Amino acid sequence: MDRFVFLTLDGLSRGSVYAASALALVLIWRAARIVNFAQGAMAVAAAYVAHSVTSATGSYWLGFLAAVVAGLLLGALVDVAVMRLVDHRSPLNPVIVALGLVLLIQAVLGMVYGNEYRPAETPFRRTALSVGGVAVLSPFDLFVFATIAVVVVGLAWIFTRTAVGLRMRAAAFAPEVSRLLGVNVGGMLTLGWALASGVGALAAMLVVPTELGLHPHAMDLVFVSAFTAAVVGGLDSPPGAVVGGLLVGLLLSYVSGYVGSDLTPLAVLALLLAVLLVRPAGLFAPVAARQV
Amino acid sequence: MSADALLAVHGLVAGYGAAPVLHAIDLSVPPGAIVAVVGANGAGKTTLLRTLSGMLRPAAGRIVLDGEDLRGVPVEQLVRRGLAHVPEGRGVVGELTVDENLRLGGLWRRDRADAARALDEVYQLFEPLARRRRHLGHQLSGGERQMLALGRALVGRPRLLLLDEPSLGLAPLVVAQIMALLRRLRDSTGLTVLLVEQNVRSALSVADQGVVMALGRVVAAAPAARLRDDDDLRHAYLGF
Ligand SMILES: Nc1ncnc2c1ncn2[C@@H]1O[C@H](COP(=O)(O)OP(=O)(O)O)[C@@H](O)[C@H]1O
Ligand SMILES: [Mg+2]
Repeated sequence: MDRFVFLTLDGLSRGSVYAASALALVLIWRAARIVNFAQGAMAVAAAYVAHSVTSATGSYWLGFLAAVVAGLLLGALVDVAVMRLVDHRSPLNPVIVALGLVLLIQAVLGMVYGNEYRPAETPFRRTALSVGGVAVLSPFDLFVFATIAVVVVGLAWIFTRTAVGLRMRAAAFAPEVSRLLGVNVGGMLTLGWALASGVGALAAMLVVPTELGLHPHAMDLVFVSAFTAAVVGGLDSPPGAVVGGLLVGLLLSYVSGYVGSDLTPLAVLALLLAVLLVRPAGLFAPVAARQV
Repeated sequence: MSADALLAVHGLVAGYGAAPVLHAIDLSVPPGAIVAVVGANGAGKTTLLRTLSGMLRPAAGRIVLDGEDLRGVPVEQLVRRGLAHVPEGRGVVGELTVDENLRLGGLWRRDRADAARALDEVYQLFEPLARRRRHLGHQLSGGERQMLALGRALVGRPRLLLLDEPSLGLAPLVVAQIMALLRRLRDSTGLTVLLVEQNVRSALSVADQGVVMALGRVVAAAPAARLRDDDDLRHAYLGF
């Protein structure tokens, strides 16, 4: 029972990171109808920026801030300098370009920083506190939860309560009409990429220290989990991405705790396949089809 | 072609590929007038409006709004010059609520207080919208969508309203209400309207001027009453 409680809490902690990454994927999918397969690699690049800044200044928090800023800027850059130039008439084109971007980013990171694992710092201890003799969450886990909660609530607030959020949604749903109403549709798209990539960078900062450390491929498996979470949630649904992320986190935690950690990659792929086969629109697909 | 027209179009040529759809269109809309452009399906009415609002780039010709040439002005700037375009099919954003759709129409405005006032006025003008503020666009009936699209344009307090087939798919009674509303708006606020319609009878009944288009050309332009009574013209181009 104690073990179950621990695995559940650990799963939710990991899952919250998947939820944030999945949310970032959903943001870009809704805005640009692109699955950003480069998100993991972009996030790792931002985490390396944090590593450099922290090494130079000795401050974890300056590095953390630098990662988020680097993520925002990299997202905007990828939109303006890459995705905007891709012919979107075939949906395969942006996918191929994103995969190319992954290779490029990982190659550059490997050249600059080397292809070895570097230990990633955490601002709080990672040893679990125990409550009544049961090992529960570590201070770092609590930090992860709090940060992701702020991100999720913050994004929801931006999109549903602010003028720029309304512009971003309108630009995504009806670009032509939005332009007629004075919305800078291209600018909103770039802003969406920046936000999503900033969230992705934040997720990398939270997850990399809990795995093997910083490496150009550090986010590969996390990306697969986040993508699975987004698909579980239906790709179009931000709440679906959050719930999907938590579900995937729980599944992986139980599999790794009760079956064996070697099997977690297989478990993710099995879940992805199962959802795609049984309910390709996701568990939270909106009832009404798209209409304008 | 009067010099003091709010909108003046000279020799406009535009289309979608190599072959133009519009062939040297001339058009003039005086301030405070309702001008109806009528013509059969495929005559080029939608293409004309899309070119006026910058969605299509003209191959030749000039578009002058209140003395200013619109060449090179980006689409998203036109609303700031007082031009509102309610596209064919109305362009209601189905995923947004009624209230969000309406607010979208005023987001570009610096004068936030007046944008809020304009929003209130639209809710007063269209009672059914006020009762459905939180409904999504795609939950509305055809008539309500037309009200929403019109209301959203009015939140921007336009000087010139381009309307593409507002009667499409609506019951005759609703069409009559919308036409009467255009007349009232013109009389009370001085709004200028360029109305594109296949529904020739209702369009000419509300308009001051009529323009008949056929195969991408203007084949007649005259006071609406005269077009209504010209049997030859009606038979030749309008089919009734
Ligand atoms: N997107 C498009 N691409 C190519 N041709 C088009 C397009 N839209 C309209 N056309 C052509 O332009 C002509 C005029 O169409 P349109 O302006 O929609 O007429 P109307 O609005 O008067 O019915 C038609 O011959 C139509 O086939
Ligand atoms: Mg048309």
